[in-house]
Amino acid sequence: MRQTNTFKKSLWVFHLNTGSCNGCDIEIVATLTPRYDAERFGIKLVGTPRHADVLIATGPVTKEMADRAKRVYEQMPEPKYVMCVGSCGSTGGVFYDSYNTLGGIDKIIPVDVYVPGCPPRPEAIIHAFVKLWEKMDKKAEKSRPVKKRKQANKNKTVNKDKTVKRSKIVNKRSTILTKRITEQK
Amino acid sequence: MLSEIMMIPMIAALMLLLAIIVGLFFLGLDRKIAARFQSRIGPPIVQPFRDLVKLLAKETIVPDNAIGWLFNLAPVIALASALLLILYLPFLGVAPILSGYGDLILVLYLLMLPALAIAIGGFASGNNYATVGAQRKLIMMLSYEFPLAVLVMAVVWKTSSMFPDLQGFTFSTFMQHPVLTLVGPVGGFGVVLLIVTILIALCAELIKGPFDNPEADTELAGGVLVDYSGRNLALFLLSDAVKLCAFITLVIGLLLPCSLGDMFSSFMYTGWLAIAANVVFFFVKFTVIAILGLTFVRVAFARLKINQATKFFWLVSAGISLLGLLLISLDSMM
Ligand code: SF4
Repeated sequence: MRQTNTFKKSLWVFHLNTGSCNGCDIEIVATLTPRYDAERFGIKLVGTPRHADVLIATGPVTKEMADRAKRVYEQMPEPKYVMCVGSCGSTGGVFYDSYNTLGGIDKIIPVDVYVPGCPPRPEAIIHAFVKLWEKMDKKAEKSRPVKKRKQANKNKTVNKDKTVKRSKIVNKRSTILTKRITEQK
Repeated sequence: MLSEIMMIPMIAALMLLLAIIVGLFFLGLDRKIAARFQSRIGPPIVQPFRDLVKLLAKETIVPDNAIGWLFNLAPVIALASALLLILYLPFLGVAPILSGYGDLILVLYLLMLPALAIAIGGFASGNNYATVGAQRKLIMMLSYEFPLAVLVMAVVWKTSSMFPDLQGFTFSTFMQHPVLTLVGPVGGFGVVLLIVTILIALCAELIKGPFDNPEADTELAGGVLVDYSGRNLALFLLSDAVKLCAFITLVIGLLLPCSLGDMFSSFMYTGWLAIAANVVFFFVKFTVIAILGLTFVRVAFARLKINQATKFFWLVSAGISLLGLLLISLDSMM
């Protein structure tokens, strides 16, 4: 649990191009620009797999690149995660029937989160980081002793009540809003 | 008697802890302000602390073709020598703890040690990128050492020619008689030039901004640190923080050692208040130097090529420092 908490506040990312058309790569760079600024969440692009916690892989994995991608993955220190950005990396995308690509990064290394899109928007990439954090939490939850898990679940039900209340409030607000809008029309 | 013996190590330990915290804090401030310069929001100021905790939680890899013991030793040496350096410098504006046991020459040598440790670590990791980075680091060190030596010469010469009976090479002498108060307007300009030289060397020493060739992320994939991970990388991060503290303290101790406490003492002297005022004033100077000398330069200038950087240090930076020395000596002739 603790470890994932440290990851939530500081996540170093290594970007690997396994034969993408560069569209996804530009989009990853755009995630770091002033408009989206992923660095405010502690997400930093690093130059070497040895420093990285997350491998962002793009592209359909050309045959030439397969071994190298595997090697880069193995060079990363544990615990490590893989994010696959773009349709190409997820399924092969537009290159699905190419004789020269393997069609997807999960053919060679385990992938934790997929970001669909050709190319996906920076928002989607940031959303994928949130999903990754959720997944880390779940993993940590599974590896915890049963007793503690039960306690945590009890807490969760309390939280559920809160969320139900909150969603009721939100619903009320939205109905009021829609009423107002229709009245204006 | 015993308590007195215990006092000094206690104060030293506290000081080192403070140096680490202040250093990490200023690394965070640097990142935050750099982000604001680029109209980003930037990471929170405590980000380096978080990075540190995370790095400690990660696996530490020693590559197969590295020289294991040297590879693991280098970060320890880097951190230890940086910490030792703090004890020889007037950190927080108080006289250095180990002031009786060594002088400015020793400090100059200690200053080289963290840089050497990084280079050794780079060579020991057996990675081509790291080797190139380490070579660059050594070349860089050879280049910025000369302007630094000229600068120290100028300050020591001026102080000891004015006060021949005081020890010339110690920080307590500089603190008693700041150079800026010893010189006239011409010499004052010379001192300003010296400050410029040392600020240029600051970036090179900390491997930042236009002189980050040894670590160049975009061309050398992390350079000297390319194969470091986990605990070792955390140690390098710590040594980076302490080095930042040490070098800025060196700038303050050499060229701007004026303290508020002395001015205070004339009209409202109560021991603790004077010390507190001193510390606050020290941090004001520290912040100004960190932002102007490091963050601003880092954001404003792109990286130089290694041959350009070397040329820059040997021609421009050395030239400026020599001019400063000349102006100060002219000033004392007038
Ligand atoms: S998903 Fe689209 S943008 Fe991304 S690499 Fe493939 S073709 Fe290019």
